[in-house]
Amino acid sequence: MTLSNPVPPGEESTADTDLAAEAATVAAGAGSPWYLRLPILSHLRRSVGLQRGMLVTGLVLVLGLLITALLAPLLAPYGFAATSADGTAFGTQQPPSAAHPLGTTVTGFDVLSRVIWGTRTAVAVMVCAVAASLFLGVALGLLSGYVGGWLDRVLVMLADAIYAFPPLLLAIVMSIVISGGQSNAWGGILAAALSITVVFIPQYFRVIRAEVVRLKAEPFVEAAKVVGTGHRRIMGTHLLRNATRTLPLIFTLNASESILTLAALGFLGFGIEPTSAAEWGYDLNRAMSDATSGIWWTGLFPGLAIVLAVLGVTLVGESVNDLNDPRLRTRRKRRRSEKKVAA
Amino acid sequence: MTVVFFLMRITGDPITAALGGRLTPAELAARRAEAGYDRPLIVQYFDYLGGVLSGDFGTTYTDRTPVTEILTTYGAATFELVAYSVVVALLLGVPLGMIAARTRDRWPDAVLRIVAILGYATPVFFVGLLLKLVFSVGLGWLPVAGRISTRGEITMSTILNPSPFYLLDALRLGNMQLLSDVVTHAILPAVALGILTGGIFLRLVRTNMIGTLEMQYIESARSRGVPESRLTARHALRPALIPIVTVMGMQIAMMLGGAVLTETTFEWNGLGYMLAQYMKARDYVAVQGIVMMLAVIVALSNFVVDVIAALIDPRVRY
Repeated sequence: MTLSNPVPPGEESTADTDLAAEAATVAAGAGSPWYLRLPILSHLRRSVGLQRGMLVTGLVLVLGLLITALLAPLLAPYGFAATSADGTAFGTQQPPSAAHPLGTTVTGFDVLSRVIWGTRTAVAVMVCAVAASLFLGVALGLLSGYVGGWLDRVLVMLADAIYAFPPLLLAIVMSIVISGGQSNAWGGILAAALSITVVFIPQYFRVIRAEVVRLKAEPFVEAAKVVGTGHRRIMGTHLLRNATRTLPLIFTLNASESILTLAALGFLGFGIEPTSAAEWGYDLNRAMSDATSGIWWTGLFPGLAIVLAVLGVTLVGESVNDLNDPRLRTRRKRRRSEKKVAA
Repeated sequence: MTVVFFLMRITGDPITAALGGRLTPAELAARRAEAGYDRPLIVQYFDYLGGVLSGDFGTTYTDRTPVTEILTTYGAATFELVAYSVVVALLLGVPLGMIAARTRDRWPDAVLRIVAILGYATPVFFVGLLLKLVFSVGLGWLPVAGRISTRGEITMSTILNPSPFYLLDALRLGNMQLLSDVVTHAILPAVALGILTGGIFLRLVRTNMIGTLEMQYIESARSRGVPESRLTARHALRPALIPIVTVMGMQIAMMLGGAVLTETTFEWNGLGYMLAQYMKARDYVAVQGIVMMLAVIVALSNFVVDVIAALIDPRVRY
């Protein structure tokens, strides 16, 4: 149903009118300026009620995380490894005060500064891990699905083997392999990111390979072959562009998982030296013994930082996924959409 | 497994990693030769594979304990923890998931969905920390860490042939004080790990239940006048649980990862705690051994879950 064919009153709750309203909204979206059709913004426009709330909360949290990471040097009152300022030591395990709004740790670091600097580490690892696994997973998936044969069989077997392995344990093994335990700031970040990458690659690999195998039989690929298009071009253009539709969901899920895995690695004692970068998991590990003596501020704030960061990324991912799936999308209530139709 | 073996060896041997820099090259070479790390990689691999097949996962480097001995000593503690937490997770996840499915898209569902996402976003060690702060330090109700108090341990050592399961031993002794000691130590770790798993169960139950409630046979039962509560509890629950059993297999891997973290948080003397200890000591032979063993356990339990799923669901027949 379109604008010229208004919905008769009295059918307010039928699925039919809901769909019509839906179609009207989508149609309205198609004519909107380009910036409203960008992925996240168009999702924002389409969402209603709880879903919109979730998406907005997620976006706010993610933006907050990114901004904090970018502006860490300006926001943090002290350096992440500073134990003194202007010649006076901070003192250890000081409760929150004016000079140290979130207190100090057992080694005399300022908790607030470490939480703020920690966003940098988390974002760096998240970006590296997701980018690397996306790139490698997609490339291998394309190759495996397109070439087929023994290469395909070996890669699938490898991916299945890695997939069946407990992810955290795999990350532990990989972190040992990559860094050998010792690490400076960027070495540690890259090592953590790569350990997480290995865990994620099979997910991308599987999805892309399955799509490529399906697409390979489509007429347009055969047509391309007939006109003599090169393998590289078929893979890069015809297959890649069509196979990547499901990636955003895995992408966001992995982003939140990478923060959790990084924290878990740090908590278990692998990771980045406290003097070379701030890392929430490590701080939580040190805070465990504090908790026994009632010192709550050293653990609570890094922990909250992890929760908020993961929550933000997950909320964005979940709601975008729900909005992309028409069965899960909450539809606008009839009354609201009627205004839209009338307008 | 093969993959992990080769990955571990690509960058160097474990002894160089553990002791490199602290010994002279000559000493290092001697140690390497002693452990057999100077042989060709492929020989080492088959040696290792043969060992694993005959149940030998290697010996830890720092304290010369066979890895299988670590399993028999500490495995029971991990098993106990995972078992408790599954109970907690089922008690939390299944009823809440049913409520969420019945009130789909209304406020209880919305609240529960947010709770489930929060449960996913919170690392298990942070939950543990909060629980510790509130219930052990703040309220003083429950012990902070460990599996048993020192006094309980002394009582426990009087048992003739102790089993590795503290709860069974306490029951066998019939000592109420000991029993409560063991149980109170287990509550916080079990809840911490259970919340994590419970969130996953909640989502699974919700999704499957919504799918099942839309089936025609539910509709026909409803038209016969079967009350709504009976519909969810009796008619829809069983079919909705089948996919959950299947997915459980995949969750075991995740739960073991969670168990490693929970054990470290609560100093629960299980495999995960030992793993963290060996990691701190940079004993990578031990780490590799324990990781391998856990992987084998996961693979075996996946197999068991598949069999159970086939038994429950008549549609799956191999």
